[in-house]
Amino acid sequence: MTLFGDPAVWLPLAFAALMGLSILIYVVLDGFDLGVGVLSPLASEEEKDRMIASIGPFWDANETWLVLAIGILLVAFPTAHGAILTALYLPVAIMLIGLILRGVAFEFRAKAPVRWKAFWDKAFFWGSLMTSLSQGYMLGLYVMGLQVTWFTLGFAAITAVFLTVAYSFIGATWLIMKTDGALQRKSVAWAKGGIWGVVLGMGAVSVASPFVSARIFDKWFSVPEIFLLAPLPLMSAALVALLWYALRYLPTKDDSWAWFPFVATIVLFVLGFFGMAYSFYPYVVPEQLTIYETASAPESLFIILIGTLFVLPMILGYTALAYIIFRGKATALSYD
Amino acid sequence: MDTLLLSRIQFGANISFHILFPTITIALGWVLLFFKLRYNRTRDMKWMEAYRFWVKVFALSFAMGVVSGITMSFQFGTNWPGFMEIVGNIAGPLLAYEVMTAFFLEAVFLGIMLFGFSKVPGWLHTLATFLVAFGTTMSAFWIIVLNSWMHTPVGFEMRDGVAHATDWMAIIFNPSMPYRFTHMLLASGLTVAFLIAGISAFRWLIVDRSQGVRATLTTGLGLGALLIPVQIFVGDLHGLNTLEYQPQKVAAMEGNWETGPNVPLLLFAIPDEEARMNRFEIGIPNGASLILKHSADGVVPGLNDFVAEDGTVLHPRVAPVFYSFRVMVGTGMAMLLLSWAAVVLMLRKRRGVEGLPTPLLWAMVPMAFSGWVATLAGWYTTEIGRQPWLVQGVLTTKEAVADVPAPMVATTLAAYLAIYVILLGAYVSVLFYLATKASKGERVSLRPASGQASTELVAAE
Repeated sequence: MTLFGDPAVWLPLAFAALMGLSILIYVVLDGFDLGVGVLSPLASEEEKDRMIASIGPFWDANETWLVLAIGILLVAFPTAHGAILTALYLPVAIMLIGLILRGVAFEFRAKAPVRWKAFWDKAFFWGSLMTSLSQGYMLGLYVMGLQVTWFTLGFAAITAVFLTVAYSFIGATWLIMKTDGALQRKSVAWAKGGIWGVVLGMGAVSVASPFVSARIFDKWFSVPEIFLLAPLPLMSAALVALLWYALRYLPTKDDSWAWFPFVATIVLFVLGFFGMAYSFYPYVVPEQLTIYETASAPESLFIILIGTLFVLPMILGYTALAYIIFRGKATALSYD
Repeated sequence: MDTLLLSRIQFGANISFHILFPTITIALGWVLLFFKLRYNRTRDMKWMEAYRFWVKVFALSFAMGVVSGITMSFQFGTNWPGFMEIVGNIAGPLLAYEVMTAFFLEAVFLGIMLFGFSKVPGWLHTLATFLVAFGTTMSAFWIIVLNSWMHTPVGFEMRDGVAHATDWMAIIFNPSMPYRFTHMLLASGLTVAFLIAGISAFRWLIVDRSQGVRATLTTGLGLGALLIPVQIFVGDLHGLNTLEYQPQKVAAMEGNWETGPNVPLLLFAIPDEEARMNRFEIGIPNGASLILKHSADGVVPGLNDFVAEDGTVLHPRVAPVFYSFRVMVGTGMAMLLLSWAAVVLMLRKRRGVEGLPTPLLWAMVPMAFSGWVATLAGWYTTEIGRQPWLVQGVLTTKEAVADVPAPMVATTLAAYLAIYVILLGAYVSVLFYLATKASKGERVSLRPASGQASTELVAAE
């Protein structure tokens, strides 16, 4: 344990990194399947079946990353967990109800009598929408330091909309990759309609963060940090431009480059995430509690870390296996 | 109502709804593996029919379990922050191991198990079925470890009011864990046995005479008859373990107010918390002494021993524990009676399912959910029985609750309850809808993956 110096320093950092990784993976993975849910009312009956088939084998494992992220917050930073979740009591409850509705709708829409299918389709849409909106709202409130004023609530309402549109965007890019024909063309149109949400959402968080906190302002706009950070917004801008360009030419005749928008959007999400992580470090409750103040006892963190080092590669391995098995264009789901 | 009581009801509602579905999936995973292996070995289509039908129930139950489980992971933070602040160093790693060793395993391989039949080789599909069953069991293991530790906490020391782990093996294999874990696994086995028997009986009654229904009805009844005596034995051991570590809970279960010998086994009573006595007692003389101490004059602890000198009550409210315990035992007795009667009738003159009289088959239909009733009643007994403690002797429930305004808790509670009622209704009705649909001769379609498997299937058909 002395290998890397004081475990009370590097263990919290390691767990903050793990938690960040889980949140990032969650936002990308559940982001696309929530997005598909938000887009679902725009599709025809047959298209809905195919859209849901494209996420059917994955959604459950995707949501598990949320459980892991909240689990790490819970186990590694227990006081922060309590502070954040009691502050976000109502949006968390709305998100959970949304997750329940959409999760069971997957099953019920396929198994309940046909006359109920429209009801469960609605539950799938509303559940996805509630989840996306409440996550965006929580993101906004978090950026605002969990302070409740009319201004912060307004900001949170705006990020709620932007994140929902951003999820629909990554959902549309997923569909571009996983579908063909008319649905694929529709998905390109949806992506074109949603890209502004990504831009405005990332812009809003980027602009707001430094002005909420003088500390973050200094971290961004001092020399030499500003030059080291400059690649983040520049690369993001370049990616958005590339996406814009690609969407004009998709779908191509031989379906080449159909994967590009999805992959580019993931990179975009990763860049945005690093920007946020850089701004907020070392705070886990913005401007109030640092990861070091709230970390569990080193011996407890250590025993989790050992397990994590063994298990995380396995999780990543068989998650990759699932994506390989269900690669290619989505077809109607069946248990056969 | 105050925040504490509302938060308790909310947690109770969420976890009661949640446990219904893991209770099914834990054992149903293994039963599906059994169907799959029987099919692999015999190539008899009845096992594949059984697999096809019950995998749908599994998928539905699994989804219900996952989404209600996510709720649970947030409840700790939103309603009970004190829990993680005081015992987070112990609860944390156990929960983390549950997520890492179980949740991902089951979630990822569930996708392959459900939708990968024609996309992966047969052995990988069987392996996925095994890993899902294994994952659900691992999940049960870790959560029962944590729950048992809350009842019988060992292997830690308190520093500055916060629990620190000193011996992980002692924490994991804490005194009540082996009993509780076995009791829960058997409860899951019984729930599934009676669910399968009940739904299959329903299909039989609506004139489904397929080989698949015969196979599942026999499997369900046989499994139930096999497990229920084991469960009664293990339950007794668990009770003795509780007597050793949480005597106040056993006193409440028995409705025994005064410590003493020759305590009767109460079949019925109305515990009066105010007067600290029972009304309308009907009991078997010396029964409780005999069960708990194995002698008629064995001394059984009484509730009055658990009142502090200043009058603070350190035992749970008696009535809920007392009644839940009787509901659990009563349901268990009904399970014993029905499953044994059915097995005897099936074995008599080797008539099989044809030997079962219609009234007994009708009785099996509501018994499809007897496992739920017994499991919930059992959990209410043990969890309410731990009150006023959250972690026995370490942390009271009151100390852990969040300072959230009561109306907020009430509002979310109402929303959860409304959704749970709708979903439970939908779940049960879909079970019977699927059963009716399958009975109307929805053929089992198979599109095997590899050429070899397909020739084997053609041969089997």
